[in-house]
Amino acid sequence: MLAATIRITRDFDVAEECVQDAFARALATWSQQGIPANPGAWLTTVARRCAIDIGRRRDVAVRSQRFLVTDDSDGGLEVTDGEFEDDRLRLIFTCCHPSLATDTQVALALRMLCGLSTAEVAKAFLVKESAMAARLTRAKKKIALARIPYRVPERAELRGRIDAVLLVIHLLFTTGHTSPVGENLTQADLVERALDLARMLHNLLPDDAEATSLLALILLTDSRRGARVGSGGEFLALADQDRSKWHRDSIDEGLTLVGESIRRGRPGRFTLMAAVAAVHSSASHWDETDWAEIVGLYDLLLEAWPSPVVALNRAVALSFAEGPSVGLAALDELSTEPQLSTYPYLAAARGDCLERLERFIEAREAFEEAAMLTENHVERDFLHTRIAQLS
Amino acid sequence: MAQYLVLIYENEKSWANADEATGNRILGEHNSFGEKHGASLRGGNALEPSMTATSIRKNASGESVTTDGPFAETKEAIGGYYLIEAADLDAALAVAKDVPANFGGVEVRPIREMH
Repeated sequence: MLAATIRITRDFDVAEECVQDAFARALATWSQQGIPANPGAWLTTVARRCAIDIGRRRDVAVRSQRFLVTDDSDGGLEVTDGEFEDDRLRLIFTCCHPSLATDTQVALALRMLCGLSTAEVAKAFLVKESAMAARLTRAKKKIALARIPYRVPERAELRGRIDAVLLVIHLLFTTGHTSPVGENLTQADLVERALDLARMLHNLLPDDAEATSLLALILLTDSRRGARVGSGGEFLALADQDRSKWHRDSIDEGLTLVGESIRRGRPGRFTLMAAVAAVHSSASHWDETDWAEIVGLYDLLLEAWPSPVVALNRAVALSFAEGPSVGLAALDELSTEPQLSTYPYLAAARGDCLERLERFIEAREAFEEAAMLTENHVERDFLHTRIAQLS
Repeated sequence: MAQYLVLIYENEKSWANADEATGNRILGEHNSFGEKHGASLRGGNALEPSMTATSIRKNASGESVTTDGPFAETKEAIGGYYLIEAADLDAALAVAKDVPANFGGVEVRPIREMH
């Protein structure tokens, strides 16, 4: 709805005002006349009318200064999935423009595409709301003043622009899959938005292996959503999940897509990540997991995308492929990585290896460290349960 | 259409150390750039090195104080600029990518429209 309105206003702030106005009118109208058959369409129509009105009222000169420019020649791209998806694709390419910093791209996408409030975006980034508000305002100003275009790039430039979009969609997904903060493990709406966007991007670029793989990765990871939390709301690790609760359709679609990507040749970052997810999805039981295959995939991933987080995941896989002492040695090599110093999963993984080595006192210390570092309540409870089991 | 100023920032030492052949090659690159993007160009110049710069600031009592040197001392200094016209930032960046800047890079700034 916001995306559809921005297409008319070319101005993020005006569009937001119009959408808020539409909701206010909905409250008044619907309480008298009842809720319309298609509330979403009703709201979008009202917001668009408001945008068109504002556009007409504005002085042309002011408009040319403030408003985003549009380029109606879309370079022959065929987006068949309707105007609404078209608008959201335009919006994500604007939010992910390379002239904006990556953090800003993600914040804008959360705010403009996923409808999070500024306070919620601030929380996701662990910054003060006023700081996030200022960052978003600066970004919107830059979009308007530098005339960052509101369109899907043409084929020729698409290749160079798509990585940022993939990264932002993946970050949206991971933020939703495990909320950095708060009482719930997942934020289902964020996950759904990321899934929608990944699907749209895949429809736009069916031949792009990485776009295909991102969709597969999200489908495969999210297929476990119903099994990740137990009956009491507690977190269940991959080893303890009831795999019959995994969403079969998502797994089948994800596996097919991964297969397509791998056949396209040298796998990129998202293809390798999706392939790891596929190995898990293909095992009907934790004990049947092909850990050697997963370690091999992480080796390739470390080449394609050298990152301490990947190295951490590889070390965990190694602890299952070759035993906890090998895993622990690999984890200890990562203890000086500054990027991991506040990352709860390093301490949690150490705790797990130490527990399997029956070094219970050290295991307990490691889990306590991890519990201190996580800000997600469900994860923290899980760690406290493990600590209690060690006492 | 909007206008953008493309500021060329380069390492002046590299420029000073460049031999004549290099200088001629770069001049040729600017000529090719001008031919390729002539339709977008609204102006442009090379500047004398930053050692020729004079900066003027107002002091606490509002008087102008003149000092020797560029406004900010940086490793890369502005050595020239192009003024270009483009439909949007993407179009401007496409032109700016072709601006020769062998010893540094360019910064693209939208010109503020006054009404």
